Amino acid sequence: MSQIAFLGAVELGLVFSFVAIGVYLAFRILDFPDLTVDGSFPLGAAVAAVLIIAGWNPWLATAIAMAAGAAAGLVTATLNVKFRILNLLASILTMIALFSVNLRVMGKPNVALINQDTMLTPFFGHGLSEFYVRPLFIGVLVIIAVFLVWRFLASDLGLAMRATGANPRMARAQGVNTSLHIYLGMALSNALVALGGSLFAQTNGFADVTSGVGTIVVGLAAVIIGETLFHSRLILWALVGCVIGSVLYRIAIQLALSSDILGLKASDLNLVTAVLVACALILPRLRRGRAAA
Amino acid sequence: MKFLTAAAIATLAFAQPALARDVTVDVTAIVEHPALDAVRDGVKDALGEAGFKVGENLTFNYESAQGNPGTAAQIARQFIGNGPDIIVPISTPSAQAVVSATRDIPIVFSAVTDPVGAQLVKQLQKPGGNVTGLSDLSPVADHVALIKEILPSVKTIGVLFNPGETNSVTLVELLKKYGAEQGIAVVESAATRSSEVQNAARALAGRVDAIYVPTDNTIVSALESAVTVAIESKLPLFTADTDSVSRGAVAALGFNYYDVGKQTGAIVVRILNGEKPGDIDINVAAGTDLVINPGAAEKVGLTLPKSVVDRATKVIQ
Repeated sequence: MSQIAFLGAVELGLVFSFVAIGVYLAFRILDFPDLTVDGSFPLGAAVAAVLIIAGWNPWLATAIAMAAGAAAGLVTATLNVKFRILNLLASILTMIALFSVNLRVMGKPNVALINQDTMLTPFFGHGLSEFYVRPLFIGVLVIIAVFLVWRFLASDLGLAMRATGANPRMARAQGVNTSLHIYLGMALSNALVALGGSLFAQTNGFADVTSGVGTIVVGLAAVIIGETLFHSRLILWALVGCVIGSVLYRIAIQLALSSDILGLKASDLNLVTAVLVACALILPRLRRGRAAA
Repeated sequence: MKFLTAAAIATLAFAQPALARDVTVDVTAIVEHPALDAVRDGVKDALGEAGFKVGENLTFNYESAQGNPGTAAQIARQFIGNGPDIIVPISTPSAQAVVSATRDIPIVFSAVTDPVGAQLVKQLQKPGGNVTGLSDLSPVADHVALIKEILPSVKTIGVLFNPGETNSVTLVELLKKYGAEQGIAVVESAATRSSEVQNAARALAGRVDAIYVPTDNTIVSALESAVTVAIESKLPLFTADTDSVSRGAVAALGFNYYDVGKQTGAIVVRILNGEKPGDIDINVAAGTDLVINPGAAEKVGLTLPKSVVDRATKVIQ
């Protein structure tokens, strides 16, 4: 694997670590199997791309993309909390609706950003190659996001949200408004996923309506790899695990792409992903089994 | 980065006769698909005819992104890290991923409908920089003329397409424009995945005089569903993809994607022989084949006019 390919894998892994943290919030903290992310990832990309092309400041465009993602999460939460639609089904409804919404937002299936100034443009051309600038820049954003989410989950509000996911009846008995926390958690989760989408568009020069396909699998794979590596109950380690898991996932794919030795081809990627996630799920069980024996 | 620039300059400055050195060409496409695969094979064969042969002096790498733009971005980094002589991205998202990731390595894109709209280049003539290529913008005006020639009474054309494919959206806009010039109305019917093609085709039955399918990956991969509906409702089905005629379309006027690949390969060879990509104009692929299927026409109660049969490049029996 060349250095540029390695840095590319790290960069993409960092971009998708926002997705992993979002998926962690929904699946693990709220216990809400949320497939909205397959739509909110391209939504973030679409909103940011369209606003940047319209001449908006890229930072502001990204913030609005996050707000759009949060709105998508709120739609899923409303369908579930208010209209009592099963959580998985509610998220699938939002996901398929977002395909049409994204086409409306962009006005066409693919919007190019190659010649536009993005959040990263001011950092280029200061002597450091773009291949380093991109992962460094996104890495800093990831550190900020991990810190903020960690502090949030340790706050009173965050603790109430964790109680909502862990044991909703108990939480309600303690006076926690569980509905409010599902709204809040879903908004936060999808805002992070949309941030990932808008960064993907800005680092790769395009927003495409198909770029959401399989986002949930990538996010879950990252969460599970992270949990396998750091089997810790501490929130901070779980969040760091999301980031490391996401980067490792991309490096594994890069290996699949570059390994002529193993005879793997790009068309084997889906199988590699499935095997990887299955291993990450099975390994802890084996370890536990051995400990018991 | 620095060593890459140096390598690029060296490649351009010390361009040598074709056979004197080993070259690497990296090819990627967004998805595996008969037309896109044919482009890849055409590129490889064009290189072979120019004296760049796999196993002798040519390393030819190919990766498909399996329809996932995230993987396309990773393949782009992978190729750039390998530092090949030329990268050939096939299809719009693959080309965007590669173009946004390097300003040094020469890029020859192929099968892109609208290179300027996709921001691959600023203009088609003398594009400048490290990017050139070949557009596959379908001759939609000729398609409308062909449908009118075969079916003079045509008032309404139904178009089947995936609104998620950027090339198809461009083509449908053109169809509406040229249709309006001929006084023909266009009815759109969308399918976002291959399982929806049958329903989308049914939605056209009784409302249109003919069905038209542009070079749309989703519809073409489920063409049989559309053909079944077309025969049921006695509607002639026209396509822009010539391979679709043997699958039951009445007629198609379009590129042979193997030829598109060969023309792309010819541009690759020019660059390997020392030309700068920025100096090579971007053209629409040359040569269109007219392929007809009289049997399929008969099934929908249509006889193909002699003028069309006489100039067909291929007749499917």
